[in-house]
Amino acid sequence: MLNSKKSLRFLGKLRLQKWYVPLSDKERKKISRDLVQTILARKPKMCSFLEWRDLKIVYKRYASLYFCCAVEDQDNELITLEIIHRYVELLDKYFGSVCELDIIFNFEKAYFILDEFLLGGEAQETSKKNVLKAIEQADLLQEEAEAPRSVLEEIGLT
Amino acid sequence: MPAVSKGDGMRGLAVFISDIRNCKSKEAEIKRINKELANIRSKFKGDKALDGYSKKKYVCKLLFIFLLGHDIDFGHMEAVNLLSSNKYTEKQIGYLFISVLVNSNSELIRLINNAIKNDLSSRNPTFMCLALHCIANVGSREMAEAFASEIPRILVAGDTMDSVKQSAALCLLRLYKTSPDLVLMGEWTSRVVHLLNDQHMGVVTAAISLITCLSQKNPDEFKTCVSLAVSRLSRIVSSASTDLQDYTYYFVPAPWLSCKLLRLLQCYPPPEDGAVKGRLVECLETILNKAQEPPKSKKVQHSNAKNAILFEAISLIIHYDSEPNLLVRACNQLGQFLQHRETNLRYLALESMCTLASSEFSHEAVKTHIETVINALKTERDVSVRQRAADLLYAMCDRSNAKQIVAEMLSYLETADYSIREEMVLKVAILAEKYAVDYSWYVDTILNLIRIAGDYVSEEVWYRVIQIVINRDDVQGYAAKTVFEALQAPACHENMVKVGGYILGEFGNLIAELPFSGPVVTVLFCHLAPCSSTFSQRPRRLSKRCCAVTARSMSWLVHLQQTVHNSDQYYVQTSEVVSPVPQATVLEEMPPFPERESSILAKLKKKKGPGAVSVTELEDGKREGGELNGGGERGPETAAMASCVSQSTPSPSADLLGIRSVAPVGASLSSAGSLLVDVFSEAGPAAPSAAVNDDGFLRYKAVLWLSSCKVSAPPSEDPAPPLSEADELLDKFVCKNNGVLFENQLLQIGIKSEYRQNLGRMYLFYGNKTSVQFASFTTTVSCPGELQPQLNVQSKPVEPLVEGGAQIQQVLNIECITDFSEAPLLNIKFRYGGALQNLTLKLPVTINKFFQPTEMASQDFFQRWKQLSQPQQEAQKIFKASHGMDTEVIKAKLLGLGMALLDNVDPNPENYVCAGVIQTKGQQVGCLLRLEPNAQAQMYRLTLRCSKDLVSRRLCELLAQQF
Repeated sequence: MLNSKKSLRFLGKLRLQKWYVPLSDKERKKISRDLVQTILARKPKMCSFLEWRDLKIVYKRYASLYFCCAVEDQDNELITLEIIHRYVELLDKYFGSVCELDIIFNFEKAYFILDEFLLGGEAQETSKKNVLKAIEQADLLQEEAEAPRSVLEEIGLT
Repeated sequence: MPAVSKGDGMRGLAVFISDIRNCKSKEAEIKRINKELANIRSKFKGDKALDGYSKKKYVCKLLFIFLLGHDIDFGHMEAVNLLSSNKYTEKQIGYLFISVLVNSNSELIRLINNAIKNDLSSRNPTFMCLALHCIANVGSREMAEAFASEIPRILVAGDTMDSVKQSAALCLLRLYKTSPDLVLMGEWTSRVVHLLNDQHMGVVTAAISLITCLSQKNPDEFKTCVSLAVSRLSRIVSSASTDLQDYTYYFVPAPWLSCKLLRLLQCYPPPEDGAVKGRLVECLETILNKAQEPPKSKKVQHSNAKNAILFEAISLIIHYDSEPNLLVRACNQLGQFLQHRETNLRYLALESMCTLASSEFSHEAVKTHIETVINALKTERDVSVRQRAADLLYAMCDRSNAKQIVAEMLSYLETADYSIREEMVLKVAILAEKYAVDYSWYVDTILNLIRIAGDYVSEEVWYRVIQIVINRDDVQGYAAKTVFEALQAPACHENMVKVGGYILGEFGNLIAELPFSGPVVTVLFCHLAPCSSTFSQRPRRLSKRCCAVTARSMSWLVHLQQTVHNSDQYYVQTSEVVSPVPQATVLEEMPPFPERESSILAKLKKKKGPGAVSVTELEDGKREGGELNGGGERGPETAAMASCVSQSTPSPSADLLGIRSVAPVGASLSSAGSLLVDVFSEAGPAAPSAAVNDDGFLRYKAVLWLSSCKVSAPPSEDPAPPLSEADELLDKFVCKNNGVLFENQLLQIGIKSEYRQNLGRMYLFYGNKTSVQFASFTTTVSCPGELQPQLNVQSKPVEPLVEGGAQIQQVLNIECITDFSEAPLLNIKFRYGGALQNLTLKLPVTINKFFQPTEMASQDFFQRWKQLSQPQQEAQKIFKASHGMDTEVIKAKLLGLGMALLDNVDPNPENYVCAGVIQTKGQQVGCLLRLEPNAQAQMYRLTLRCSKDLVSRRLCELLAQQF
């Protein structure tokens, strides 16, 4: 469904991007730049969908963050909009009222949640409970595995 | 710092991120990053005993740096090491790094695959999921090769955990998209389809994406999914909003799954089974009914999810296009949305209605909303919504409302956004032409178009109006009068002047009774003088086009001038209004057009195939042209002018552009008026680079063409017949294996091939010569007719997108089953700027490619030669040398043919003798060749003897073209 990408952006800064079609870094950068410009130029009350090259862009703004998906022509715009919302809900639930900083500092978690929710651009699991259960299980594994470390080591001074 | 830090916080990472955020300037940030990169590099290089945690932390930092937009060129090995860690958290970061950073063609893939293999067989579901996610994220061909056979097993195994199944399904989908040839469902098909019945909704949600994709490609194998999908949909639609627990989204039961089920059904025609169909219709009705119910929540998520299903259901109804009742209901529902306060819904309703407008059942129902749509066009604030409204007006237009719609679009054009003006202009032009009842309305409309949006009226549009006027004598007088009046306006757009010049030039005589108008003459002169003064110099391409215009209006002015001579009064007026220079120009005898003359001749020489203009035709044209211009009294100037206008070429204008765009635009366009053919040819082969840049014309034709088949069947995409020059191209490759097979303005196709025994491999390189992306790029290789059992050609599919300037490669595997005479066909289709390009070439696979050279002594040769003495085993041709008779060249060609060139065999040292065996799957065909040049007569005698008679004949034909 989401055949191209899903990304999160803030004032032109990409916080998270996920590509579901193989493209070179150069192409990715170009597309990202183009998209950021296009979307930031849109006014608040405008429609959430727009045609872009041969794709459709579906985007939504949450506070300072824009979430944006590029989907193919025959894909359903409204359900894509709700994909975005469900993802935001997942982040919100996991971090507890998510803000941009959460995504910056825990970007890897944001990726893990995304992978549990969407895989290869298609919805894998739409139940909020099931997605969070999977992530929390992984966190548990993590805590068990981690041995306590000295503060110095943590800061990276060793 | 984040409010919540779950799991392990990597403090070193957090500190680094804070540092970056605190950087005041871009330079400071780069400095900090470089410092960190140096640190990580030294850690990775120096301390060999780096523990898992540190490795993870540094890899994570690298990832962060990469995500900031910096290039990362190391750390991949460390990430791969993390994959084999036993600790989940390290493994997870390793996989994340790989997924984000590793390009699908990296050399690391083999190492990664190893780690993935271990995790897949670990039976630990969390590890398995990580591995599957990684495959789905990278999805390279190497991965498909390694895992495509394993994953279906995991997907359908009874003991696989649900979460693993979900990942496996989507992982397989990704591999299928990358390498469909490697994912073979075969025995798994039925079990995969039955995943639609799985108890776990998440499994169904994931599996259905896979099933939909597979169904699109192999509808027959998967058709059992239809009834399963209908019953699943029916259960969801009729369930109460709480039945599905966490799969209910804002009171809407399983919206994602519902949409996907409806999408899957769109891969198939309506169910044949009455009961299944009844159930489905019931579902669709329920969905339409629910749209009328009061919302269960005020949240936008509720209405979005509900309407997502509704729009998908409407898509299915439109897809079936067989239930008038549902179609009309859908239309009414969309009609309500047209006035909804949500911009998104208005947008989607306009878009969806566009497709409804093309159904015969709902076309009328759509038309009832015309006022609302016109209003949307005028009042919507968002340009993308207005664009949809314009599209819908275009789609709902027919004879009954054309005048209203065209008028509205014209008035919208005055304030329309610049970004959509050009498209609007095209649409207006097309509608005006398509639904013109009286052509005076058409002429008025186009002139209005030029008046309102002259800058956006492309040449194609104004050429077209001239073309139509030429073809219809009932409108010529009106057109002449109208442009005459239009040109009296205080300011005229350049395009108006051009049209005016043309039409007056051609039909000015029809309005001779009108009072002489100074302003018209002035405007024509002022516009035309600059280019007419460069007539005798070497005009460039652009000014050449102006010349054509000038020539037309000149002829009118000359006509006028004759009238003027008859009346002193007018003459005086002319002298008054026309400034000295232009006046001189008009009264001057028109200089001949050396450039044009020669360009026609050059073209004549170039075109030797069928459809070329014969000299007599051209002369006929001249004579006609002369008459057209009102008699031959004017001597040289008439002749010159005539040659400029009357290159009557019967072929459709599309071919003149040198690009085989499929554009059956209707008879009128094909039988292009001589004038236009002439002008188009300027943009065509004579100036190929310009034609490529100038894709507006193609687009115009594409839109025209689309509009002509909009209501009827979808556009036919049958492969085009082979190019006329395909055989010539084929001949080029008889004695060589590499080179450029084909080239036009858009595309270049290069070939490399190698043959061994009866097998061959051919690499095709498709290069996009333009700066625009080719979409839906597909190639098909076929063996027509009797070639089918003789030759086996297998091709791997190519990427559907070819970026501007990019080149893609395709590999063909060729197997020669038995001897053959025909060549396989290569059909290439792609969309360039919206227009479908369709071209067919012959692939240079000829029987001689399967030659094995055979060395033999003179005695053996003649012994065998005698053995092959039956008349049908021999083929002989005597022909004139067409390439000179250089010994080395001939030798190279014979070697290229694939046979062994035998020395000291023929008693006459001038003669060439070759021997070889053609390897086919079934048998070997021995071949002997003798080529006797006669330098004096510049002739050759070529004799072939083969153990199979057809082979001699074919080889003889092929070779005779080579020398």
